[in-house]
Amino acid sequence: MFLRTSLLVLRKDFAIEVKTLEIVMTTLFFAVACVLVFSFAFVKEGQAPPDAAPAILWIAVAFSGTLALGRTFERERYAETLRALLLAPAPRPALYVGKLLGIVVLLALDELILVPLIAFLFGAPMFVRPLLLAAFLACGTTAFAAVGTLFAAMLMRSRTRDVLLPILLYPVTVPVIICGVRGTAALLSTPPDEPTAKMWLAILFAMDVVFVTLALWTFEPLMSE
Amino acid sequence: MPFDFDAVQINRVSRHFGRRRALSNVSLTLRAGDIVGLLGPNGAGKSTLISVLATLAMPTSGDVRYGGRLSREIGAPLRDRIGLLAHELYLYPELSARQNLDFFARIYGIDPVTTVPAALDRANLADRADDDVQGFSRGMRQRLALERALLHKPRLVLFDEPFTGLDDAAVSIVSRRLQSLAAEGTIVVLATHDLDVADGLVTRVALVRGGRLLADEPAPAGLRSRYRSAIGAA
Repeated sequence: MFLRTSLLVLRKDFAIEVKTLEIVMTTLFFAVACVLVFSFAFVKEGQAPPDAAPAILWIAVAFSGTLALGRTFERERYAETLRALLLAPAPRPALYVGKLLGIVVLLALDELILVPLIAFLFGAPMFVRPLLLAAFLACGTTAFAAVGTLFAAMLMRSRTRDVLLPILLYPVTVPVIICGVRGTAALLSTPPDEPTAKMWLAILFAMDVVFVTLALWTFEPLMSE
Repeated sequence: MPFDFDAVQINRVSRHFGRRRALSNVSLTLRAGDIVGLLGPNGAGKSTLISVLATLAMPTSGDVRYGGRLSREIGAPLRDRIGLLAHELYLYPELSARQNLDFFARIYGIDPVTTVPAALDRANLADRADDDVQGFSRGMRQRLALERALLHKPRLVLFDEPFTGLDDAAVSIVSRRLQSLAAEGTIVVLATHDLDVADGLVTRVALVRGGRLLADEPAPAGLRSRYRSAIGAA
């Protein structure tokens, strides 16, 4: 029942996105524009400053993620459909997981474009350890989206939600972004510093566990009016 | 065996939002077959009471018992017995009528193959089933939202201003549906300030103002004058 509900919410969000392409296009455009602006600023004579690529990758993920979080919940706010979902006999945390999965999938699509783009523009060896990089992106994106999905749902009824979301989200997710940047930097160094990268990955995974557990625990009481 | 009930008891329920008292000490019993008109001016507390009954808002004090049991004791099986239609229609405008009903049927664990076409027929939208809801008129959306709220055959049906923006034909369709639900033993609660529609439709009236229940009585003949005397005197 739990997983079925989550997948139904994910499938519904996917069906809306396929029809409108609204969030995919805006987040992708924003993320690519972000990377391009940084490349114009930092890349001189084909040389990027060391460690710029991981920082720009995670900034683009975080900013486009914030945009996606706001828009995803705007859809549920527009016709108050979140109330209909909360009234359904499905486990309420399953609704949270469904929305979380939607954000993670959306950001994964962005990352599929961002990684080769950054590799090309910054000359970064992104594909030296592809599985480790994928693990970093999966864990970092999940941790960021876990907190963001909870906050975006909480702020749905606030008139200043667009302002409040980044104000609440970034202080909590800064450790995630630091882990992502330091770990990816270790991975992209020459030669790749795998032990350091794996240490950061373990910390990111621990954050995933903590953030998702806390969000599942608090979602239902926070959603009650 | 699925949870069911034939009465809802609201016992001394208050609901405060900060210093504002949306509901104060409201007690009311709703029985199967009733169409209870929750009547009062804007800001009277009708929508808050509907939210409390729908388990979407918790009372600050007092409790609501469904067949003698508290909502927190029952949990999800109780939500399976409640249908809610509010002024906001709880439909995804980007999805088609069929996709909306299919999604909500599956969320309620209902087989959409048989229920969705029947619901589309009842909403008189079978020929527009695959059109996006954002292209529908208010009346079409309202009919679809009504079927969405009733897909799972709830015991307690809560309507919060369901007639807003509807033409006469649509009002009479919704009214007939409410009467048929009550005849089948559903508890129907209708929050409205449209006395013309409520007159002749509701079987009982609960008059509220300033979060207080002023009267709970069988629907009188001449609802408007009774409303004026109760609300105006308060």
